Amino acid sequence: MILSLTLLLLCQLAGEILARTFALPVPGPVVGMALLLGVLILRDRRPSGLPTPMTDGTLERTGKGLLAHLSLLFVPAGAGVIGRLDVLAAHGLALALSLVVSTVFALVATVLTFSSVAKRTGR
Amino acid sequence: MTGDFALWVFLSRTPLLWLTVTLTAYVVADRVSAATRRHPLANPVLHAIWMVGLVLMVTRTPYAVYFEGAQFVHFLLGPATVALAIPLYEHRKTVTRVLVPMLAALLVGSTVALVTCIATAKLLGVPDPILIALAPKSVTASVAMGITSALGGDPTLTAVLVILTGILGAILVTPLLDRLGVKDYRARGFAAGLAAHGIGTARAFQVSEVAGTFAGIAMGLNAFLTAVLVPLALAFLR
Repeated sequence: MILSLTLLLLCQLAGEILARTFALPVPGPVVGMALLLGVLILRDRRPSGLPTPMTDGTLERTGKGLLAHLSLLFVPAGAGVIGRLDVLAAHGLALALSLVVSTVFALVATVLTFSSVAKRTGR
Repeated sequence: MTGDFALWVFLSRTPLLWLTVTLTAYVVADRVSAATRRHPLANPVLHAIWMVGLVLMVTRTPYAVYFEGAQFVHFLLGPATVALAIPLYEHRKTVTRVLVPMLAALLVGSTVALVTCIATAKLLGVPDPILIALAPKSVTASVAMGITSALGGDPTLTAVLVILTGILGAILVTPLLDRLGVKDYRARGFAAGLAAHGIGTARAFQVSEVAGTFAGIAMGLNAFLTAVLVPLALAFLR
């Protein structure tokens, strides 16, 4: 598990360095996600000689353990929002309506585009 | 009395107390969510944050003090984002098969999210500086705040709007898409991640691993596309 966490952190660190060095428009952890994907592909090409936690499912279990409680990780930032609801004071209702309208349209447009194109391309 | 006070002064300044409050609020909210079979309105993020907010208000604890403890949880967002590569890799065959529908949905969804949001706010008389902070609300907080700062808006307002959008999207996605009769969990997850970033992704993982995987992809891709589209959309709609 320690090895798996170290690998996740290494990917994040490398991602942050790349994102900042090249001023990429995506955050470091997203670059880190792409890097870990690369590591997983390489691992399965040549699995011999790697430390066992990388090949016996420990890495997968550690990662999925984090993802199983993804909601928890938003609580500290979310609690900050409660104290700053005052920034909405001036246009609260207009902003709330815009969020609802836009979120509904975005969900519907995305899901319908995805499923209709998937059907059309026979997937 | 002075003894109690000394204990409180000690506790309120250690990370232990606020870390425990964060985890306890989440455990309670998650139990309720599980007991209601993951009902959308029992969203654990929503209920955990008002519980923590209430504790902070009652104890008059400044957010900065709370965050000293809660930062350990917050920090894990980074490694968790990296870990999205794991389900993505496991479902790679499912994902590569639908590259075309994914890219089409990304372009349409991202544009619709932006345009409907700016247009509605403009119709309701929201001034331009606030429009800048509102425009990137569907993408993950760090990117959204970066976009807003670059365009001269208020990143704090963006952070608030991003979190609210995430919770709203996580609550709306299931009843809305049930009503539309869409049963494809690839499409449903993708929509959740695109419209409601990480909080939508957390919701998608509650429903199915495939939905969560597609939500994670949509979140990453939309962060990239929105960074390109926001300046264009604002220039066009002004």
